[in-house]
Amino acid sequence: MTEQGVRWTAEQVLALAPDAASRKAGGRLGGAGPWSQIGGSASGSVWGLCKGSGSTPYRTVVDLAGPAYKCSCPSRKFPCKHALGLLLLWSAEGVGEPGEAPDWAAQWLAERTAKAARPAAAAGGPADAEGARRRAERRAARIGAGVTELEQRLSDLLRAGLAGQERAGHAGWEETAARMVDAQAPGLAGRVRELGTIPSCGPGWPARMLEEAALLHLLDRAWLGVEALPDGLAATVRSRVGLPASGEGEAVRDRWLVLAQYDSVSPDGRLTTRRIWLRGLGSGRPAMVLDFGPPGRPPGLALPVGLVLEAEVRFRPGSAGLRGDLGERFAAAAPCTEVPPGVSTGAALEAYGAALREDPWLESWPVVLGPVVPVPGELGWQLADAQGAYALPVPLTGAGSRSRGGLWQLAALSGGGPVTVFGECGHRGFTPLTAWRPDSIEPVPLV
Amino acid sequence: MEKPDEGYGEWEELVGAALLGTDRRRGAGPAGSPESLLDAAAVHAVRRRAGLRPATAAARPGPAPRDPRPQPPEAARRRLAQLLAGRAGGSGGSGRGSAPDLTELLPQWLATAGRHGYRAPEALVPALLDAARARTDLRPEALALAGTRGLWLARLNPEWRFALRGGAGGAGELPEVTDTAGVERLWQEGLFAERVALLGAVRAHEPAAAQRLLATTWTTERAEDRLMFLDSLRQGLSDADEPFLEAALDDRSRNVRATAAELLSALTRSALAGRMAGRALACVGPHGVTPPAECDAGMLRDGVVERPPAGRGERAWWLGQLVESAPLSCWRERFGGLDAAQIVALPVAAGEGWAEELHAAWCRAAVRQRDARWSRALLGPPSASPAAGPGTASLAERAKLLETLPDGERAQWVAEFIRAHGLSEAFQLLGVCVVPWAGALGRAVVEALESAREAGSYPWSFSGVMGLAERCLDPAEAGLLEALTASAQDPPDASPGAAAYWSEAFQRLAATLRLRATMLAELTPA
Repeated sequence: MTEQGVRWTAEQVLALAPDAASRKAGGRLGGAGPWSQIGGSASGSVWGLCKGSGSTPYRTVVDLAGPAYKCSCPSRKFPCKHALGLLLLWSAEGVGEPGEAPDWAAQWLAERTAKAARPAAAAGGPADAEGARRRAERRAARIGAGVTELEQRLSDLLRAGLAGQERAGHAGWEETAARMVDAQAPGLAGRVRELGTIPSCGPGWPARMLEEAALLHLLDRAWLGVEALPDGLAATVRSRVGLPASGEGEAVRDRWLVLAQYDSVSPDGRLTTRRIWLRGLGSGRPAMVLDFGPPGRPPGLALPVGLVLEAEVRFRPGSAGLRGDLGERFAAAAPCTEVPPGVSTGAALEAYGAALREDPWLESWPVVLGPVVPVPGELGWQLADAQGAYALPVPLTGAGSRSRGGLWQLAALSGGGPVTVFGECGHRGFTPLTAWRPDSIEPVPLV
Repeated sequence: MEKPDEGYGEWEELVGAALLGTDRRRGAGPAGSPESLLDAAAVHAVRRRAGLRPATAAARPGPAPRDPRPQPPEAARRRLAQLLAGRAGGSGGSGRGSAPDLTELLPQWLATAGRHGYRAPEALVPALLDAARARTDLRPEALALAGTRGLWLARLNPEWRFALRGGAGGAGELPEVTDTAGVERLWQEGLFAERVALLGAVRAHEPAAAQRLLATTWTTERAEDRLMFLDSLRQGLSDADEPFLEAALDDRSRNVRATAAELLSALTRSALAGRMAGRALACVGPHGVTPPAECDAGMLRDGVVERPPAGRGERAWWLGQLVESAPLSCWRERFGGLDAAQIVALPVAAGEGWAEELHAAWCRAAVRQRDARWSRALLGPPSASPAAGPGTASLAERAKLLETLPDGERAQWVAEFIRAHGLSEAFQLLGVCVVPWAGALGRAVVEALESAREAGSYPWSFSGVMGLAERCLDPAEAGLLEALTASAQDPPDASPGAAAYWSEAFQRLAATLRLRATMLAELTPA
């Protein structure tokens, strides 16, 4: 099967819509009614002519690998409703056997291929190096001031005792978070905001709050002594504080299996973060690719679960070597033909523990677990090793937890038997994201 | 997860100190200054996380029974996922757009998959159970498809308890009908719904055995249960049921008596039908109508209700009940060999004001006895205005009469009705036609929609019929609609913009039909 044959779901297509109006308009064009000369290529593109109000139909073509869109309509929205409608039609009914693109589509597709082959121009020149260094120093100084202030705040907290926090509300922490934003340390701001929410999140909160305050303190101290840290840890500290990664780590070419993709929205609703989990089938190495969407717009990068991309991933320094960016792709994506091997619950926690050596602030580590049996429970769910006495709990609330719908889907898939599950394994437990039945290579995303 | 034993106590102490605050605990405990407390806590936190060990597993659920049925082909599986997601309102197919309304395709998908003998893809069983919970009309088919995996899940999640009741889809829950001991035990100990299902199953296998089963406990059943059991005999009613029903005419409960009488009157050869015929023939004849003067004990025993509802005369009320319970075949001789159509057309009783009462009773009798000849006569020609028809002007009652006609004739009748009277009155009549609609009926509907467009009204005045057409038109008729999907100019006296809305509505209809065709093709086993 070719990538053109691996259709996306309507939800995946609609997630690309820039706004609600486009989603609606695209949905209307998702029937075959206005379309003609629809086709697709084996290398992963679809095209078609869409009848509009004028006499000439619009020419719409989508490169599924990007995805990237081209349409002759005057809309400034991106992708436009025609591209969405075409994708919806393709997702619902397919476009038949792969064929040759008509000239107007072929030309644009060829341009894209040519552009992809050209090496990316080096960003920024040495001319500005001096200016960049001065800016970086200024920012480091501001962060330093912020860190010092935050340490003061933490000291005050411990001096007065956590007991008062339940009544204090989180307004004070919001204010401190705002100060961290001013200090250009968004990573610290996020952690501070989290800290403020702990007293209202149920029994055991004092221990959790102490833990989080201590880890925040650890980050502060690490920042103040960052020059003395080994390179990897220093990079981790910088990215945890919120500085963009400086320089690039290694580039790894492999066949990357898309294990999961999900979105989360920032507490203020202004930023959508899409998290895509990859695993190198050759190297076994995990990679996390992030993409962001501004208010009301989903991130542009969409990779259906189960596809394998022959591509280069450029890893960023620090953060336990997880964060990567998708680089050059060498072939059209293809569906995966194997289930990645799973590990026991104990090995999963060991992997998380080992990763903490590189990044002590790491919440979780991507793990393929299996064979395991999902165990639903009134008080909480578990994933139990198919053999033996051990299990991992599934967090039901708070950061990292997923919908219960996904859990029931997992239970349905297992029917009391063993399954392989990909998810995030951390100190709160294991959050399942994708599952395989024992007799199938088809990954099922748990929505 | 279990915390590492090492240093656990120390962590508790740290939390205690943190709760209290270092100001109040100066010098005591493991941590003096806030900084050293945080330092120690940080070491603990990282060490605790790095040293986590798995918890002890709780009791694992027992395995779900194997479902031997095949899964639908891949394209069909994806379609079902889409239909179920659309149900949740994800893609927003409602409104006046040209996108098909996916929600209404779900019942059809389920029914077709059921006919092919598929099981649901495991991952979709939860969504299927949610759909069945929200829409009782989908329940039997959704649960049948979910099968044993669905029941297994329903035992784990209280929200799906409904799936365990009623035995619908609970394949394998009833004993084999030949397993006498099993049948006997469930009949004695089962829940009411299980017993009804059991009775139906035994009855389908051997009617006499069902009666024997019913007779074993009949006198000890509660009145409302007796009523429900009796009502379940409606399915597959036959002359063999007469003795049992005749005995039920002396039941303690009035509702049981009335139901028994109603069922007996549907058995046109029964003694009750004969008694009713005698009474009815005494009242109605070629020379006019003389309603009964009193409601005697015999009539009461045969289920005639003595007190009329408010606003109805006693004698007309009794007359109606006698005529509706008499076999229609008795009238031919009484009217000197005339057939149903001729009898219905007679001016008999018109002058005395009994005609309406008499014709309404004949309509009820035709429906109850499923008599196509009388139904045809009472409906009259489809081109005649309903108000002028011989039987009834009520569309609901006419729909019931239509149901007694053979499928083809029913479609033909409704097609002609639509040609003569348009769509605005046809909705209920269309509802009783077999899906997909026969060619002539489909064409009549499309032509009527086209005329409505030409008349310049807005399409949403016909949204009911449009929706029905999306579900019921034969996908093969999509070609008919192609010409109509083109945007046309508004006719001079049309409502503004109507033409554009119509072309959009036709586009959606055509798209839905194509989608239905694709959907059905996807379900065909490879």
